[in-house]
Amino acid sequence: MRRVRIGLGLASIFAASFAAAQSGDSSRHSGYQDMGPALQKMQDDDSANPGMLFVQAGEALWNQRTGAANKACADCHRAAAATMKGVAVRYPAIPPGTAKPVDLEGRINLCRTANQKAEPLAGESRELLALTAYLARQSRGLPIAPPDDPRLGPFREQGAELYKRRQGQLNLACATCHDANAGKKLAGVTIPQAHPDGYPVYRLEWQSLGSLKRRLRNCLVGIRAEAYAYDAPEYVLLELYLMDRAKGMKLEAPGVRP
Amino acid sequence: MRRVGLLVVVLALLAPAVRAQDELRSFMIVRDSIPESLTGTPGDATRGRAIVANRSVGLCLLCHSGPIPEERFQGNLAPSLAGAGARWSEGQLRLRIVDAARLNADTIMPPYYRLDHLHRVARLFSEKPILSAEQVEDVVAYLATLKE
Ligand code: HEC
Ligand code: HEC
Repeated sequence: MRRVRIGLGLASIFAASFAAAQSGDSSRHSGYQDMGPALQKMQDDDSANPGMLFVQAGEALWNQRTGAANKACADCHRAAAATMKGVAVRYPAIPPGTAKPVDLEGRINLCRTANQKAEPLAGESRELLALTAYLARQSRGLPIAPPDDPRLGPFREQGAELYKRRQGQLNLACATCHDANAGKKLAGVTIPQAHPDGYPVYRLEWQSLGSLKRRLRNCLVGIRAEAYAYDAPEYVLLELYLMDRAKGMKLEAPGVRP
Repeated sequence: MRRVGLLVVVLALLAPAVRAQDELRSFMIVRDSIPESLTGTPGDATRGRAIVANRSVGLCLLCHSGPIPEERFQGNLAPSLAGAGARWSEGQLRLRIVDAARLNADTIMPPYYRLDHLHRVARLFSEKPILSAEQVEDVVAYLATLKE
């Protein structure tokens, strides 16, 4: 399974897949803008966006009692449309009583273990993707708004360093492609600016919804770097940096990508 | 069965170009070139073309374009390879493939025949150069034919 995933990762970077419109402009620019009109329409139209199936599954999970506490998310949080609006745009954040940032998936699992007394959901599982998509959906259209918690500063800084560090057999940094060469063609693919505004994303190539973490793993595999372990802090650090870099851009999750 | 098939394809894609025990041959840099063949024999231009065209072996067309019309998707992060053999001698081409950072410390061109100063290389690829000495020579032989 792992192997297959790695293979698809390589394919996603290296297989020539999509000739897309490109713009050389230097302002911030969502991956959405690099897609053709058909895919943009698929993302915009709820009845065509396959990510919406996950949002619906997430709504069911939101209302489903589980764990030793036999509580549903809705028992504590009531209607997500009201209580979860604006949550996804400010993660990763440092939850109360802790000292380290967690991403939205991590926050969901904290509620699972602490409040529902249930097992945490596995990374990239259908359930976790569904709940994440459901929460992200409640913030669709809102500007990305990282919290101004000063404790996040050093973590964000570490994320920025990871982003700029060359790694892998090909000796490239995230910044090499996504800052210095964004908008150019890597083989047939327009290099996006790497904004996290569409995640979790329904990727046609994956035929599934996938998390930002899965996307970052694909890029690491593409440069032949050892991907960080699934539960490694590096993903949260990188996400902190990417969310800060995308501050003010509109959240578009669940996005669609080729 | 489908799964197995895919797995085989994927493993083949990932198969390292060079065996684990392969060590780097020593070479001498003279100004901006490596004048002598890494293997002591000339490379094969036909094999070199196939390496350059292959996205999971040479990876060249990810960044470069070149006179390889059957490969439709070519990159534009780097200058075209067309005419490389007119601009540079074989020795100059060899150093650019082996370790372009020797000429431009900030280059994004990967070091095809270098093992040091790399970080977090995936286990599958660690301790192996991107191309073997023979493959470097084949690529050099091909580039040298690109006179226009
Ligand atoms: C060799 C070039 C390259 C490097 C290095 C690279 N990426 Fe990417 N990245 C891409 C390409 C190309 C895509 C678009 C992929 C596609 O459509 O198949 C992409 C997609 C992304 C996206 C999704 C953007 C969207 O709109 O969906 C994010 C986020 C991202 N990369 C982050 C990173 C981070 C963080 C790193 C470093 C850990 C990194 N990338 C390293 C080439 C690269
Ligand atoms: C990740 C990007 C990348 C890849 C992959 C890559 N190159 Fe390059 N290459 C460059 C860049 C950028 C330059 C421009 C000079 C510099 O920055 O060092 C360059 C320069 C060159 C030059 C000198 C060009 C000239 O005429 O001045 C040659 C020859 C060359 N590359 C050949 C190759 C071959 C052959 C391969 C594959 C085996 C390859 N490159 C793979 C990025 C790349």
